[in-house]
Amino acid sequence: MKFLSTVWTIARKDLVIEARSRELAYTTLFFAVSVVLVFSFSFVVEGVALTDAAAGIIWVAIAFSGTLALGRTFERERQADTLKALLLSPAERPAVYLGKLAGVLLLMIVVEAFMVPLVGLLFQAPLGRAPWRLMALLLTGTLGFAAVGTLFAAMLIRAHSRDVLLPVLLYPITVPLVIAGVRGTASIFAAEPNLAGAQAWLSMLVFFDAVFLTLALWVFGPVMSE
Amino acid sequence: MQGRSSLVPILLGVAAVMFAASPFLIDAAPYESTMGLIQRIFYYHVPSAMVMFTSAFVCGIASVTYLVKRTPGSDATALAAAELVVVFGLIVLVTGPIWARKAWGVWWVWDAKLTSAFVLWLIFVSYLLLRRFAGAGSELLAAAVGVFGMANVPFVYWSVNVWRSIHPTTTVIPSLIPEMRVPFYWCVIAFQVLYLALLLVRVRLERSRLTLEAIYAEIED
Repeated sequence: MKFLSTVWTIARKDLVIEARSRELAYTTLFFAVSVVLVFSFSFVVEGVALTDAAAGIIWVAIAFSGTLALGRTFERERQADTLKALLLSPAERPAVYLGKLAGVLLLMIVVEAFMVPLVGLLFQAPLGRAPWRLMALLLTGTLGFAAVGTLFAAMLIRAHSRDVLLPVLLYPITVPLVIAGVRGTASIFAAEPNLAGAQAWLSMLVFFDAVFLTLALWVFGPVMSE
Repeated sequence: MQGRSSLVPILLGVAAVMFAASPFLIDAAPYESTMGLIQRIFYYHVPSAMVMFTSAFVCGIASVTYLVKRTPGSDATALAAAELVVVFGLIVLVTGPIWARKAWGVWWVWDAKLTSAFVLWLIFVSYLLLRRFAGAGSELLAAAVGVFGMANVPFVYWSVNVWRSIHPTTTVIPSLIPEMRVPFYWCVIAFQVLYLALLLVRVRLERSRLTLEAIYAEIED
């Protein structure tokens, strides 16, 4: 119980800071929308979007804007040297990790809540066809991305060239997640929807999340020890 | 370590002899009926891919050991293995397209095995970039990436496999006729022996470098 309240305290700290400045939410959302716009130039031919373009754009926007949010969240901690204080506090390492993860995850979900309907609107994607399954895909995909990303962003906090290294490390590792997200979403959006296929990708995402969340919880302690 | 490093010249000698003999063995094997000469690249391509995957697991296991025990030896092993993943991966990614140009008519297709080999290779390039540019303390961060890279192999393989597949499957190997099997396994062993020798040399170099650094630090103090 104490563990969970520590997680909540850390997550709430990030959310209160964010609610006051709204810096991350505004900039990340703006960035996600501009990514969507940039992609529309290459994926819309003569007014019609290419097959599966909407699914691809959603996930590219999630990955890009997620990286931005991760980098900024930890840059904030670094500037004020507050991550050190957090690690010196008697909180358990996994609780610190989960607290930071919850903050990042919530931010990414807020951004997606605006960005995904926008993509649906601009690219005529049938968001209402299997709304729960789509939400489950987005949620599990975002969780996996944020789980790996939070660990990497946290451990890079004292590294040189961290801004470049975060995407360099994060994108190859999250390739399976992006494939599953794009293919799962595309099989819902397709002219002939394949819901069983979407379900299979969803199971892979759940499995990915379980493995990488466990690994991250274990690795966070030793990596953040100094 | 001294005992193991004396193995290196022997291993290198064995690998050299085996590689010198391999063209003759491959030449003696019959031509594959549809692909002809180009099929023979397979005798180097597949063993390099096997070394690449072996090395990825060596790096992952060494990284886990380093995270748990913090022994400098395991870190040196992880670094050496990661470098060798990139080297042998490059051989795979160069020989593959040469074959594909002839057999499929294009240099690259987004097939399951090609894509997953490419992704795996990228993960270990990012590992080396991290070690090169992250500055002090990067070995600990790299260990985390090594663990994640190893854990990622089945996911990459599965996801890309469901996405698409036209590469000759791994069931080709048991179906090889005996005349092809001999040179194939000969090359597999030659590559693995060479890999082990290179790994040991690189680990020894890394350890010497660390010792030298420690001596310098002591003098300066």
